[in-house]
Amino acid sequence: MPLDTSLVRKQFKVIGTRVRRPDGIDKVTGRAKYGADAFAPGQLIGLVLRSPHAHARIKKIDISKAEKLQGVKAVITAADLPDLTGGDRGMRDILENCMARSKALYDGHAVAAVAAVDAHTAKQALKLIKIDYEVLPHVTDVDEALKPGAPLIHDDIFTDGIEPKPTKPSNFCKLAEYGHGDVEAGFKEADFVIEKSYKTEQTHQGYIEPHACLANVSPDGVAELWVTTQGPFVYRNHCAALLGLDANKLRVTASEIGGGFGGKTHVWAEPLALALSRKANRPVKLTMTRDEVFRATGPTSSASIDVKVGVKKDGTVTAAFAELRYQNGAFPFTWAEFGAMTAFACYDFKNVKTVSRDAVVNRPKCAAYRAPSAPIAAFAVESTMDMAAKAIGMDPIDFRIKNAAREGTKSSYGPVFGPIGIGPTLEAAKKHAHWNAPLGENQGRGMACGFWFNFGGQTCVDLNVTPDGSVTVALGTIDVGGSRASMALAVAEELGVAYEQVRCVVADTSSLGHNDMTDGSRGTFSSSMAAVDAARKAIHTMRERAAKIWEIPLDEVEWIDGQAKAVGEKHGNKAPLSIKEIAAQAANTGGPIAGHSEIVADGAGVSFATHICDAEVDPETGRTSIKRYTVIQDAGKAMHPSYVEGQYQGGAAQGIGWALNEEYIYGKDGRLQNAGFLDYRIPVCSDLPFIDTQILEIPNPNHPYGVRGVGETSIVPPLGAIGNAISNAAGVRLNHVPMSPPRVLKAIKDAR
Amino acid sequence: MSVKVSTTINGDAVDFVCQPDEPLLDVLRNRLGLTGAKEGCGTGDCGACSVILDGRLVCSCLVLGVEMEGKKLETVEGLADGPKLHPLQQQFIDGAALQCGICTPGFLIAAKALLDKNPDPSEEEIRFGLAGNLCRCTGYDKIVRAVQAAAKEMRGA
Amino acid sequence: MRYESPATTKDAVALLAKEKGQAFVLAGGTDLLVKMKAGMLEPDLVVDIKRIKGMKEIKKTASGFSIGAAVPCAALKENAALVKTWPGVVEGASLIGSKQVQGRCTMAGNLCNASPAADSVPGLVAAGAKVVIAGPRGTRKLAVEDVPAGVGRTVLKKGEFISAIELPKKPARSGDAYLRFIPRTEMDIAVVSAGVSLTLDAKGVITAARVALGAVAPTVLLVKEAAKAIIGSKLDDEAKARLTAAASAAARPIDDKRGTKEFRIDVAGVLARRAAELAYARAGGK
Repeated sequence: MPLDTSLVRKQFKVIGTRVRRPDGIDKVTGRAKYGADAFAPGQLIGLVLRSPHAHARIKKIDISKAEKLQGVKAVITAADLPDLTGGDRGMRDILENCMARSKALYDGHAVAAVAAVDAHTAKQALKLIKIDYEVLPHVTDVDEALKPGAPLIHDDIFTDGIEPKPTKPSNFCKLAEYGHGDVEAGFKEADFVIEKSYKTEQTHQGYIEPHACLANVSPDGVAELWVTTQGPFVYRNHCAALLGLDANKLRVTASEIGGGFGGKTHVWAEPLALALSRKANRPVKLTMTRDEVFRATGPTSSASIDVKVGVKKDGTVTAAFAELRYQNGAFPFTWAEFGAMTAFACYDFKNVKTVSRDAVVNRPKCAAYRAPSAPIAAFAVESTMDMAAKAIGMDPIDFRIKNAAREGTKSSYGPVFGPIGIGPTLEAAKKHAHWNAPLGENQGRGMACGFWFNFGGQTCVDLNVTPDGSVTVALGTIDVGGSRASMALAVAEELGVAYEQVRCVVADTSSLGHNDMTDGSRGTFSSSMAAVDAARKAIHTMRERAAKIWEIPLDEVEWIDGQAKAVGEKHGNKAPLSIKEIAAQAANTGGPIAGHSEIVADGAGVSFATHICDAEVDPETGRTSIKRYTVIQDAGKAMHPSYVEGQYQGGAAQGIGWALNEEYIYGKDGRLQNAGFLDYRIPVCSDLPFIDTQILEIPNPNHPYGVRGVGETSIVPPLGAIGNAISNAAGVRLNHVPMSPPRVLKAIKDAR
Repeated sequence: MSVKVSTTINGDAVDFVCQPDEPLLDVLRNRLGLTGAKEGCGTGDCGACSVILDGRLVCSCLVLGVEMEGKKLETVEGLADGPKLHPLQQQFIDGAALQCGICTPGFLIAAKALLDKNPDPSEEEIRFGLAGNLCRCTGYDKIVRAVQAAAKEMRGA
Repeated sequence: MRYESPATTKDAVALLAKEKGQAFVLAGGTDLLVKMKAGMLEPDLVVDIKRIKGMKEIKKTASGFSIGAAVPCAALKENAALVKTWPGVVEGASLIGSKQVQGRCTMAGNLCNASPAADSVPGLVAAGAKVVIAGPRGTRKLAVEDVPAGVGRTVLKKGEFISAIELPKKPARSGDAYLRFIPRTEMDIAVVSAGVSLTLDAKGVITAARVALGAVAPTVLLVKEAAKAIIGSKLDDEAKARLTAAASAAARPIDDKRGTKEFRIDVAGVLARRAAELAYARAGGK
């Protein structure tokens, strides 16, 4: 029975209500167990030794003294992690990122690890490991890395996307192009052509919980991993492959997760914990310090972008072009390409082209960060769009409405859009009280739009009806912000029972089929789709059981309001059977009642948002404060509006931090200078106003309830919205993010 | 050399042994099984390990365990009264003031310390009172609202 | 590492003087524990001074206030007389770290950590505060600005520690203020800071002033030229312009992760002027 994913427009009973989350009490009493909250009898403490150099050949590692220290049970280096990847470049890069092999590629790159009876001993052991480095020239800036003659990070990267493939290795790992029409011709038609170059600095997801795990490997190859992760199944697959374990013998249990935002989609130290445990034959607990999180996990790219927009006096954009150069950290990926795909996705342009250049540098391997790459591209595009609107004297919202993509638009990255929310969010912004409110001295208002693809992917849900008629649901997508509540709402809605009757848990990897990461705003979209599927299957089974109890044909049993009802005149005397009654008789009607769903959740609806921001700029210090902020975003259908609002507000806050202050600061020596929350400045409570939200619901036709992912898009517009607000407040156009006080003050002085 | 310490935690007499250089946070988490206080940074920059020490809000990562001799400590584990949640705890749940929840214990403790001294704080006082606690999920909006709601409830009670 | 919590100043001095390894005084610990965590320091001895009588007391004395070295900054704000007399000093101390950090950190520790960006120091320097130093040869007093010897270094000798900070009596028609620049609203280290204390005559003319700048040199600076720029004025626009220029001229900062040299020089002048305006208003000037 394949899942019918077509949208059912109906009055919801529980979907859309603001129920209490099932993990709430555990989380307010301190009982919820996160990555670092587990303990195993006999556990050791694992610590990692990291390179102090941005780029260095590892000539020799001497671990003999460390191994001899009393209390040390295992010391590992790359030699303990042989390359079993069989030519899979992606896996080999993951392995090399977990532990440096012949070269350390960035400040913080792991070079050895120890497990000892306690943290004190482990620390002493790290000091006893002697490494002979040959320090090599390094490069941390993307534009520098792309220049001929730049220090070469890898000698086996030959640019993808160039025909014929170059024969000389370089840091330029991929070239890609998107778009349609003829941009050169388009620019010729324009009354004004606006061109500007932009830079954005590297930022980190900044989740408050550092990476932590507890690994336990037995000599027979059976292993357990307790870990804070966005994807226990992917962690299992990767760890098993890297360590040569059978995936079925490695049971990964996801702890409660203290934030991820994309940063917990990759394995970092987990394979090391497993390797240490295997070598010591003892459980090993490994927790990163905050310093390690900043230096050695996966921040998002820094970038350099050129944008060109041609516009007619009537507001028509005749052509748009962008070249986007992103650094991927020390290992190749396609982050610039994501930027190229998203850059102009909000708009319906006749002639549009983007070119992306991805590069490797001596920085940590980049990972996803909430709509990865899109905020960077949107900053450049939305700033330029604002300048274009100013050039023709048009209101920035009207200008965007005129050029907005709509149903049927061929997007700048290829696909044709279905029903989408960019136009409606812009119309809502125009009507919003915020857009027309008065401003104070030194204040300016800006707005910007944002887009994210959203993702579905492999998903698996198990639903079981217990003998007392209540329902348990096992999910494979971890719950990072209340999704267990939303899944219980979906099941309750479908079954026609109360929310409280459904209990959701996140299953371990031995209890459920493979699930992709909780990323791409897919958790609620895809797992609710699978949960609906599982519930429908359970309903089918319960109808069968009722038919059996009543001894009538299945097609004369309907499921209405949480009960089996016999339909047709001849069954009018039969009292309906509730889940409780059907469950009570399960032993005599065919056994336990369950519903399973294994799907690829296709059809994730694309997501759009428009943000409005009021900024106040101190003209004497360049300090910007955000006075008012409004997020308007399409949710498709908000299953739990409070947590949808929470996603909108959280994404906006991260974007505000990125726009104003957050950045990785590297010294001339290639070392990270601000690997802590003191100098990597994420917004604090007193930095922000209340963040107003407006949820629009333009149903996703590919989901039974119309749901779209909502997690990521909210971080896309803030950089542009704030840049535009600063421009209106201070009369200066910032082209370098973060727009920190020294940069803003310098711009103000330069303009005088 | 380990040191023996006698102290009071959430009203209970507690004895423990720790190393002289061991932070209170490690003592709570690793020796006493009180894992409600979290280590987000270990340097006093995130507030996830907040506790109330002799009536003052502090980061337990910046206190040595040995300093606890004869002191009184309140942690998130002592916030509820048996099965009855503290108004702050209930308002955080009802107001969806937590997403991932890792910062929640620290926020609850900091908010309690704030309301103990100032039962009717303004929005600005709440924001500055909680500025030592980092949250990366919520944008603080619903946290501030939950503290406002709890303060109102507590004033009424 | 050994931990000691002596009951008397004499015992504390003896412990510190006798220790052959690395010995540190523990009051609030908000710098010491951070450095221990980072592996920058591995003390052999830590002497906790909080159990010494009087170390956690704020006393009103004949000559002003005496603030024990272990008084947490949060307690300063709770002392109404101190807040009324030296609001600028209390402002500076109340800006260190977070509420959590203020529950522990002390002005004496902030001074001994010897960071040029220490928030409580410019206010103390502007106020003309002194420190009482206990040591093997008895006690001595020193002006606050004379305590730091450079970044992370003080003039304290082995066995010595600061036992109290003394604030003078405030003359009539006086006011003080401290302002700092940080990119966020809380939790940052000062990028630039300024403390100003001034006294007016009955007509509102400034008769005495002290201007201190933070984070623009290896130690907090007492800028005499900046004081001169406003003495004899009613803080009119010309005096403010002179003050701004003098403060910027005195700043000799560096480029670092927290700010640029150019930015610090500009903002030093702005903050000195704004702090002077606040202090002038507090002194009753119009």
